[in-house]
Amino acid sequence: MEPVDGNESKGTAISTDALAVQLIDITKRFPGVIANDGVNLSVADGEIHAICGENGAGKSTLMKILYGMQAADEGRMIVRGEEVLFKSPKDAIELGIGMVHQHFMLADNFTVLENIILGAEPAHRGVIDRKTATETIERLAETYGLDVRPDDLVEDLEVGERQRVEILKVLYRGAKILILDEPTAVLVPQEIEELFRNLRDLKAQGHTIIFIDHKLDEVLEISDSVTVIRQGRTVATVDPADVTAHDLAELMVGSELPTPETRESTVTDVVVLEMAGVAATDQGREVVHHIDLKVHKGEIVGIAGVEGNGQNELIEVLLGMRSASGGAISLDGRDITRSSVRERRELGVDYIPADRHRYGLLLDAPLWENAMLGHQSEAPYTKGIWIDRAAARQAATEIIEQFDVRTPGVDTPAHALSGGNQQKFIIGREMITEPSLLVAAHPTRGIDVGAQAAVWEQLRAARSAGLAVLLVSADLDELIGLSDVLHVMLRGELVAQLDPSSVTPRDLGSHMTGAAIGDRE
Amino acid sequence: MKGRQLLLAAAAPIASIGLALVVSSLVLLAVGADPWSAYTTMAEYGTRLETFVDTLNRATPLYISGVAVAIGFRMNLFNIGVEGQYTLAALVAAYVGAQFDVWAPLHVLAILLVAMAVGSGYAAIPGVLKVTRGVNEVISTIMLNAIAVAIVSYLLVKWSIADETLNTATEQIPESGRMPDLNSVLEVVTREITKGRELRGFLIVAVVVGIAYHVLINRTRIGFDLRATGSNPFAAHASGVPPARTIVIAMALSGLVAGLVGLSQVLGDTYRYDLNFTRQLGFSGIAVALVGRNHPAGIAVGALLFGFLDSVAPILDISGDAPREIVIIMQAVIIFSVVVGYEIVRRMRATDEARAAAALLSNQPEPSV
Repeated sequence: MEPVDGNESKGTAISTDALAVQLIDITKRFPGVIANDGVNLSVADGEIHAICGENGAGKSTLMKILYGMQAADEGRMIVRGEEVLFKSPKDAIELGIGMVHQHFMLADNFTVLENIILGAEPAHRGVIDRKTATETIERLAETYGLDVRPDDLVEDLEVGERQRVEILKVLYRGAKILILDEPTAVLVPQEIEELFRNLRDLKAQGHTIIFIDHKLDEVLEISDSVTVIRQGRTVATVDPADVTAHDLAELMVGSELPTPETRESTVTDVVVLEMAGVAATDQGREVVHHIDLKVHKGEIVGIAGVEGNGQNELIEVLLGMRSASGGAISLDGRDITRSSVRERRELGVDYIPADRHRYGLLLDAPLWENAMLGHQSEAPYTKGIWIDRAAARQAATEIIEQFDVRTPGVDTPAHALSGGNQQKFIIGREMITEPSLLVAAHPTRGIDVGAQAAVWEQLRAARSAGLAVLLVSADLDELIGLSDVLHVMLRGELVAQLDPSSVTPRDLGSHMTGAAIGDRE
Repeated sequence: MKGRQLLLAAAAPIASIGLALVVSSLVLLAVGADPWSAYTTMAEYGTRLETFVDTLNRATPLYISGVAVAIGFRMNLFNIGVEGQYTLAALVAAYVGAQFDVWAPLHVLAILLVAMAVGSGYAAIPGVLKVTRGVNEVISTIMLNAIAVAIVSYLLVKWSIADETLNTATEQIPESGRMPDLNSVLEVVTREITKGRELRGFLIVAVVVGIAYHVLINRTRIGFDLRATGSNPFAAHASGVPPARTIVIAMALSGLVAGLVGLSQVLGDTYRYDLNFTRQLGFSGIAVALVGRNHPAGIAVGALLFGFLDSVAPILDISGDAPREIVIIMQAVIIFSVVVGYEIVRRMRATDEARAAAALLSNQPEPSV
């Protein structure tokens, strides 16, 4: 960690003296994706700095780099005027940087005290000095107004309390710069107010806070400055006093939306899928509220929205992997609300999962077996209880030919293929059985441009052939380019129905981030 | 490429046995024995026809036990309860078999069915507990092993008959319920089998179990569902496999096969359940399934290897070359080296396959982001 002269740094005009953190031209590549593409970020000492952007924009990667969890491929990091190179979070902690993760990293069966001191236990001759620990924690809790009782078991705590424990954990280790990864995502409104009070207290005590969020009203309320990241690049750093939620939404979504190709509508008036008042819960909390949705034959219905707004749960309910807590689902006029996954599959509901490795493939199995997956109870793959190997291999060969899957053969295991070819294979597998409804979740995520174009072409062709498609995506090019109707999902509800041919970035962004709702209030 | 694939396939087992020999030699040297003379004694004794018969007899229950464990493994279920399942099944089957006397094939079949039903039912308990209450099957099967010991002791006393010896045993199964030996079949190709050794007819059951296992796993829908769940439970669920039902079915199938393990002895040797009934085969089955990589032929190799080592162990004591316990060390080292060896080969193969698929693309590079 060589100290360098801060004035040499490029990419910013701000003097480095008052900066807590400065990131210069940070680039991080993953196979097939550039998560950060020359990101610049300057966080002043003692401010609350929000980082906004859609999921997949590269916020989390950037924070992991700052916290030493991942190393940047290129770029420089300067913390309080000194250039640093973190090998692990330990290095970051030593320099006073702490991170509160979105998913809490707490041991449920430990007390608050034990969780806070875990890994940094004050010891006296090898015995944990609980007295000192309790005093330190109580002092910290009082200073920052973080209300916790050291002897409570973490498993008995509410979400907001757990978050306070996480923050104390970080403060206990001497953090002056706190990174909070979507801290409000798990909180109810009263808890959010409490969190914001805590954050203001921390700021008053001279701490610097980096706050990742995409709920714009919250960002505007709490932060001193906002940096917007889109597709791995910094778009702008703005003063929240100068902008509205609509401005931020537009920055997040991008100033230009693709215009859909003019093409003939193939939408018919035959309803394939009808959801009426569908609701779903996750761990006792309702995450999908009263969804009414129709998909017609020959129609692609797109669902836009920032991830984590109930889209996954909606798909799981539709497929039967999660039971609906309310409402009814019908397919081709037949009630399938209580049908099993297999029954729905056999009725022609096909699925392109967002995470193909986890939900779409048997990675160690050969392609011909993967061709059967999801259709293993249907012709031509099985006859009675028996697998028809010849037919399955034949079908796999057809998929490979028709969908241009580049593979040595049907006996190649799925893991040997590139992401794009795996995806083309999955799409081929689902299409070749001629489904009546296709549920496609992020069908082109993480694949290259060439394969993306091929996938889009396949979806358009299937739509012309009369397929009903429900498309959930975070890629606006994809949504606008393919959909006949566009819905926006926010906090488990469909909040808007938009026309893809005339939607503006401002509209879409406002609906996705809730800025439109904020206006009405 | 073809040559390399064959080499890779052969590498793991050969390397494992090689490593086992090296480690055992070191152990033998450490205890002051001569490895070479120990191995030659084992080889010389082991190649005798009578030892061969003994090896097959020992391998038969080991194989069935290995298959029972492997069925669970294919679905990432760790059925440690084969031990309890087969003991309980053997006792009940031996008792029921002694209660009636019918036409021989029917009698034997009835006993097999009883054993399979008991094994399957007992194994279904941890399956049901897992899907309804979330109880880990490792814990519940271990507990059920202990419970099986208690049930067996209770039932054995209840069902035992007054005997001139001090052995507590069930009544003998009548002639019609016994499985004949296969000596005459083996003697067609070899010399006469001496020393009163009998090749147990139950070997045929083991062969049938192996074939049935292969067909079930590779050729049937339920086998595909089972393998899919084992390989990726999330993808399997999304593909329509009902997770809970499949877990119970897998456990029941595993227990069904486990129920047969003890019958080799009951139907081919003692014709009853007594205090000399062979225990621990359920645990050996785990080792055999590991060595055989859950593959029907691999398990056979593992069972024969372990059977062979068990058969030749006594001769080491008699000849004075080495303590017989050395074979236990060899078995343990084989398990370790097989697990390690196959993992290395698996990674090498995965790299090869990825390279092959990538090579196909190198002529037409796809545009990258």
